[in-house]
Amino acid sequence: MAKILIPTPLRPYTDKQDAVDASGATVGELLSDLTTKHAGLKAHLYNEHGKLRSFVNIYVNDEDIRYLQKEQTSVKADDTVSIIPSVAGGAPASAEATAGKPVEALPELTNEEIKRYSRHLIMPEVGVEAQKKLKASKVLCIGAGGLGSPAALYLAAAGVGTLGIVDFDTVDFSNLQRQILHGTPDVGRSKLASAKDKLNAINPNVKIELHETALTSANALELFAPYDVILDGTDNFPTRYLVNDACVLLGKPNAYGSIFRFEGQASVFATKDGPCYRCLYPEPPPPGLVPSCAEGGVLGVLPGMIGIIQATEAIKLIIGVGEPLIGRFLIYDALKMKFRELKLRKDPDCPVCGTHPTVTKLIDYEQFCGVVPAAPEPVAVNHATEITSIELKQRLDRGDALKIVDVREPNEYQINRIPGSQLIPLGDVPKRYEELNKNDEIVVHCKMGGRSAKAADFLRSVGFTKVLNLKGGILDWVEKVDPSQPKY
Amino acid sequence: MSSQRLTITAGVDAAIRQHGQETYPHECCGALVGRDGAVTAVVALPNTTDEGPRRRFMVRPSDYQLAERRASELGGELLGFYHSHPDHPARPSQYDLDHAWPTFAYIIVAVAEGAAKDMTVWYLQEDRSRFEEGSLNHGENSHPDPTPAVHG
Repeated sequence: MAKILIPTPLRPYTDKQDAVDASGATVGELLSDLTTKHAGLKAHLYNEHGKLRSFVNIYVNDEDIRYLQKEQTSVKADDTVSIIPSVAGGAPASAEATAGKPVEALPELTNEEIKRYSRHLIMPEVGVEAQKKLKASKVLCIGAGGLGSPAALYLAAAGVGTLGIVDFDTVDFSNLQRQILHGTPDVGRSKLASAKDKLNAINPNVKIELHETALTSANALELFAPYDVILDGTDNFPTRYLVNDACVLLGKPNAYGSIFRFEGQASVFATKDGPCYRCLYPEPPPPGLVPSCAEGGVLGVLPGMIGIIQATEAIKLIIGVGEPLIGRFLIYDALKMKFRELKLRKDPDCPVCGTHPTVTKLIDYEQFCGVVPAAPEPVAVNHATEITSIELKQRLDRGDALKIVDVREPNEYQINRIPGSQLIPLGDVPKRYEELNKNDEIVVHCKMGGRSAKAADFLRSVGFTKVLNLKGGILDWVEKVDPSQPKY
Repeated sequence: MSSQRLTITAGVDAAIRQHGQETYPHECCGALVGRDGAVTAVVALPNTTDEGPRRRFMVRPSDYQLAERRASELGGELLGFYHSHPDHPARPSQYDLDHAWPTFAYIIVAVAEGAAKDMTVWYLQEDRSRFEEGSLNHGENSHPDPTPAVHG
């Protein structure tokens, strides 16, 4: 026998008593006895599955039974058991993304759509209302590449009403290992045209908006304005900061993802109360420190995983279910097959989303990230330091004695090479340069010309005077001189 | 509309609206104290939700107990709770229904773009299937000065 204290709203069911005696050795037995004596209590304490409702708190003396043995918690005769409400509620569950959109404005579903989305509609967490929200929603994918491909495919399949894509690239063979929106017959086509075909084949109900342009500070705000959620699938820092800042300025959530080699990251930035990308990284890394996928490589399935996490978060934001990745930074390691999570806090001193922001309009992000915009194509090659593929071929054909040094990595050398070249990876050049003869005329090359320029500078610094950098690297050589070799 | 009526003083009305405007764009919450269907004081309570205060509120058990204590100190009973719906109509959500207690009056104030608008009152139906709207009346003898909100 123990005393159970009854809160105000339940007293009508206990003949207005604020305390009732019940018998039993555990909390579960006491409550069972209580609800037998006062049957009206049952529906308010227990849900339809016979579990205590989440807002019903049972305390034994001053301890919540959740931290004891729950309903098995034993009760002695002199213990006091209290039923203490928590009171919860809130506005209709709608995402921040769609907040303010009147519920009446949601579009109806056609019979075809009801059939198509039936596996959504039968889930209590989704249902017709959420499917209509998806139909009313607009998501903008920045990029139709590794991340944008899986994200767009699933968002289209899920029934997002309007899917915008920003891209200005064409499909290349080297994209096909991961950018599953595009297939072999699409090589050479615009990525947008290829994406539209695939997405509409999956779901013709989706309105695909194509924005064939580079995202810039001049057009970002206007491009983003009609959309509810922005999905950042970019592969470079200037665009990443641009997307973040534009999302903060417009108050639009950014379903963020990034990938490198075997590791992916995802989060939701720029919600009203959550942190933004700059709260995490106020400053970009020095240019060149973090290689791009083109330089560092990426496991093809990795963007599949991360892009789908981004799409999942976009859908959750739109329909307002679950716990979004706001204030959480998810890190996925494909090699270890492990997810880790870092807590992120909104930085009150953040230059864009803090209490006293210093960035109040979009800036020059190339400059911010220390990336010098590509100089206009020089009319003539600097003959003192550079050589073109055509010139190199002509000189080799003439029989000139040129020493060709390939400063790429061994695995790149296996893909293609200039006949007669010697492999000295850039990192090994400082310890192996003595293998080279200062009297030789040396041509250094890499994939595109960046690493070999560094190698050339180094060689000159240690006294080599006849060093030429192959302009455009081996890619240019393959294109103009030896198309029989593969590109990568 | 249910037959239930709730009377509030002008001070209670003003205190709820002001609380909703102060916490906008977040939801506010608090307890209604009075007797016999007439609310004479409110107890403003902290919103302790961890699900995002823009569209959720939570009065934790310790604050519920505080509200009960304040109610008896003020010589009344706990009649129910109020909360705001920032940029949403003053109608209960499914979430409100799922978490409702019987017999309590639930006042909802809509706060649109920072300004308090409609105020409504709701009661959980006995079978928990839905809320019924009650009638919210302003007491004839209500004092024109706002009742000071008791901050938990």
